[in-house]
Amino acid sequence: MRLVILEDYDQASEWAAKYICNRIIQFKPSQGRYFTLGLPTGNTPLGCYKKLIEYHKNGDLSFKYVKTFNMDEYVGLPRNHPESYHSYMWNNFFKHIDIDPNNAHILDGNAPDLQVECDAFEKKIEEAGGIDLFVGGIGPDGHIAFNEPGSSLSSRTRLKTLAMDTILANAKYFDGDLSKVPTMALTVGVGTVMDAREVMILITGAHKAFALYKAIEEGVNHMWTVSAFQQHPRTIFVCDEDATLELRVKTVKYFKG
Amino acid sequence: MPSNKSVSDAPIVQFTNCRILRDHQLQREDLWVREGKILNPEKLFFDEKGSADVQLDCKDSIIAPGFIDVQINGGFGVDFSLATDDFKSGIDLVSQKILSHGVTSFCPTLVTSPPSVYHQVLPQISVRNGGVHGAGILGAHLEGPFISKEKKGAHPEHCLRSFEAGAFQDLLATYGSLDCVRIVTLAPEMRRSSEVIQELTERGICVSLGHSVANLSQAEEAVQHGATFITHLFNAMLPFHHRDPGIVGLLTSDKIPAGRRVFYGMISDGIHTNPAALRIAHRAHPKGLVLVTDAIAGMGLAPGRHTLGQQVVEIDGLNTYIAGTKTLSGSVATMDTCVRHFQEATGCSVETALEAASLHPAQLLGIEHKKGTLNYDSDADFLMLNDNLYVQATYIAGEEVWRQDASGM
Repeated sequence: MRLVILEDYDQASEWAAKYICNRIIQFKPSQGRYFTLGLPTGNTPLGCYKKLIEYHKNGDLSFKYVKTFNMDEYVGLPRNHPESYHSYMWNNFFKHIDIDPNNAHILDGNAPDLQVECDAFEKKIEEAGGIDLFVGGIGPDGHIAFNEPGSSLSSRTRLKTLAMDTILANAKYFDGDLSKVPTMALTVGVGTVMDAREVMILITGAHKAFALYKAIEEGVNHMWTVSAFQQHPRTIFVCDEDATLELRVKTVKYFKG
Repeated sequence: MPSNKSVSDAPIVQFTNCRILRDHQLQREDLWVREGKILNPEKLFFDEKGSADVQLDCKDSIIAPGFIDVQINGGFGVDFSLATDDFKSGIDLVSQKILSHGVTSFCPTLVTSPPSVYHQVLPQISVRNGGVHGAGILGAHLEGPFISKEKKGAHPEHCLRSFEAGAFQDLLATYGSLDCVRIVTLAPEMRRSSEVIQELTERGICVSLGHSVANLSQAEEAVQHGATFITHLFNAMLPFHHRDPGIVGLLTSDKIPAGRRVFYGMISDGIHTNPAALRIAHRAHPKGLVLVTDAIAGMGLAPGRHTLGQQVVEIDGLNTYIAGTKTLSGSVATMDTCVRHFQEATGCSVETALEAASLHPAQLLGIEHKKGTLNYDSDADFLMLNDNLYVQATYIAGEEVWRQDASGM
């Protein structure tokens, strides 16, 4: 893996955005030859999305020939609820760029048959030729997407019950009222993300430091599902100094070069 | 990439680089319009997989809902209280001219007149949508003749009437027809006014209190029977008194039925109301303030003599008096001038000033689900303004109906 350590959140966001931007530009996407991007939600990638929008507005980056696949969506939350991941993606990304709506894929948490929806999503990824670059984050409990501790490391897109840790972490987005937080979500599996040709995990902040330590300095373990990426041929972890607080000095020095 | 046409073939226009008034705030968002209505772009993106056909750069303008003037007696030489042969073309002229003031909907107002005038004029006023031809007509505002002699202001005394004999039937006989009437101003202290107010309210007509010497209890009783508006607050009513606040006391009355709000018109032309009084009203009840012009025929014309129904008025600058007197009679201020003056005098936010001329009149008339806001599915009647609140362009149903030209005319 690569471990890229930037000084602070803003720099980490910018580095990640530049990386994505360069990947797309180097790929030279065109009609019939799309660049496929896996996308996360949450606080961590907000800075990265802002930068990507900036590059787009400057005329340096177009999403015309980019297909996106989001990692997850809550079950049972109306699509236009301000906390749904559809709302998040629209407000923080899609409305500012030139992506074709037909190419922006997000799981539908209100589909009549949720398993059919998940299977269809896997099929869409396959039909798009697989994911070129899957961007993700990490939960404080080391989960990737909603692959909570105990999720199979070969899992595919499916319905998941959310862990109490996750529900507690999300409560702040629902007026602090636990009863309002969705308890289930559709999520890509660990296996789904492992299939991507390249994976970039964004990790910022001291509250994620322990999860990062577990993910890269300990063994592959289904209790810390991000650890699965130790076995992916091409993964980059992009983090800020605070996220490295639980790592060994030796690890940090090695990757800082 | 245009929409996939699954819902509609109509072109989608995206107004970009603007600040729109939504949810009481100026937000940096784009405004999307399709088929004359404000479109929800998120729904378009996810449900229809659609996007804009045309993108227009608004050069950082403010976009606000079109202004709604619920009290305008005429303008540009046209007097709505005069039964002329070319009345229809007169109303058309005014509705077209006020587009440049940012007015996209209005209530042509008739001052106290003899029944013959109502019988001739009212059938010629019809509720209609606006467009390139002019601002939309929401219905007539009949100010009088059932008003107080002591507070007649510029209204002709010989035309004042009472309805104490036949109540609502008297009113109906005077006006002839209420088909296109939207607002009636009357004095609630008049005998049998409660019945009349109730009947008008049941017919969906907004009852306004004005030209009256009512005390607060009489005013509150009127509100309990359905009255929801006050015609040009402070003017033509008893002054506020600390032991009997009169109609002005409605602004802070605790006898307003639950769930109802009393609105009040204010002519903020700098003449009808001292800025300090304007501020007192605004601070006491900010959500009820409705800006009106009370404009008369002379609005838009050179100073001099003009008519106002049965009277002759004299215009000198922004002052308009009954000829030879010091009695104010309407104004010649334009709606956008009133908005700017209101904002300056009260120091309120741009959002508040704009809402006083758009959202509040729409709420008064119960039409805020389609007018007075930039909410999704509302009618796309809106204005582009610069930071000093000068109107640069007017749109009705998503179509540009007026634009400031380069010469600034």
